[in-house]
Amino acid sequence: MNELRTTLYETIVPGGGHTSFVLKRGQLLRLTDLEGGGNASVLLFNAAEKSERLNLPDSLKCQHTVKLTAGHCLYSDMGRVLAAITADSCGWHDSLGGVLNAAEVQEKYGQGRYQELRNGFFRNGADNLLVEMGKWDMRLQDLLMCLNLFSRVDVDADGCFRFATGNSRAGDYVELYAPMDTLVVLTALQHPMDPNPQYAPKPIGLTWQQVASDGISVLCRTSRPENGRGFHNTERLFI
Amino acid sequence: MPIVPSDKHPEACISRTLIPAGEPSLTELKAGQTLRILDLEGNQAVDTLFFSAANPRERYDVQRTLRKQGQVYLSAGSVLWSNLGNPMLSIVADTCGRHDTLGGACAQESNTVRYALDKRYMHSCRDNFLRASLHDGRLSKADIGHNINFFMNVPVTAEGGLTFEDGISGAGKYVELLAHMDVIVLISNCPQLNNPCNGWNPTPAELLVWN
Repeated sequence: MNELRTTLYETIVPGGGHTSFVLKRGQLLRLTDLEGGGNASVLLFNAAEKSERLNLPDSLKCQHTVKLTAGHCLYSDMGRVLAAITADSCGWHDSLGGVLNAAEVQEKYGQGRYQELRNGFFRNGADNLLVEMGKWDMRLQDLLMCLNLFSRVDVDADGCFRFATGNSRAGDYVELYAPMDTLVVLTALQHPMDPNPQYAPKPIGLTWQQVASDGISVLCRTSRPENGRGFHNTERLFI
Repeated sequence: MPIVPSDKHPEACISRTLIPAGEPSLTELKAGQTLRILDLEGNQAVDTLFFSAANPRERYDVQRTLRKQGQVYLSAGSVLWSNLGNPMLSIVADTCGRHDTLGGACAQESNTVRYALDKRYMHSCRDNFLRASLHDGRLSKADIGHNINFFMNVPVTAEGGLTFEDGISGAGKYVELLAHMDVIVLISNCPQLNNPCNGWNPTPAELLVWN
């Protein structure tokens, strides 16, 4: 699509890093897997009422999918669209794997303390997300299922998982359009099922853009009748 | 789908509790006790959440549970893990064979999205969870995480699709859980009338507990 876009800001979250910010209504966030094989674990909240939060089961069941890609919406527990996936060069983003905690990271990668490694120490998704959530006065209870952008986990006929290596290549990107003010909490860490035994998280690029109209969300609004109603619910916030 | 019957006899249980169709239940289970959830008439979805009784901020964690078992469905042999990384309960018997943990609970708000805007005022599991939690006082909206749907059949396809199938449960089928810690069991016996998760006909469930 050739919508009129203005780039507002760009930055890079280094591997192991975490950040949080309000993606304002009408803005677009492009996340880029800069080196390939990256993973961004993401939570979303209503910035104005943070008890309203990403509900992945609602998002999955209303769109009859466990993989997330362009045309899908990310729903809150209140039936509103926190973000719409308006573009995706990757094709499959994971909703199953979650994040590791400190004990699980130590079990997988060994000990990697700040005392020896300084800022190269081994971080974990649960703590990284909790730290960012704490900055907005949220609690342990608000850490629910997260989505893992750029990662793919296949499910076979028996229900068993298989992590797909090479799902995302250098330069792959996914775009999130916010139809409401949405608090984004994210960390750039390896997917929990990534078989690489080395702790080697990859950087993720972030680009904020202003789009001239909400026409960019047409694909998501029309991909399923459910999403038309989800946008209707979202727009009721602004009457 | 392993079918593992129980050797426990109902005559030996210490309590039997009926949950009528569409109603909530909040009970406790001590470490070492076994809970049977019985699908009395078949095809019912029993939406269930578990919390540590000692620290209700510790609760069932769907993504950790699935990841640790390398499998998307729950059945006999599954361990339910907490958000703090502790084993909460194990499924020790199961005559249904498969239970869903991805479909979540119905809510007024999600009903408007899934079915129609005018379905908002139908009864829902989220309403049940909130009613029981706020009366109990130890749990609030923030604690209502993503639940297990016992007896519900939500297959994942190789293409990443998620489908809601007619139930694979039947009258008299059950699942049994052994508690590894003292837990609060929060149930909504699903009132959903819009999809086949309970055969469009919510029916009662029963809880049996053994020491």
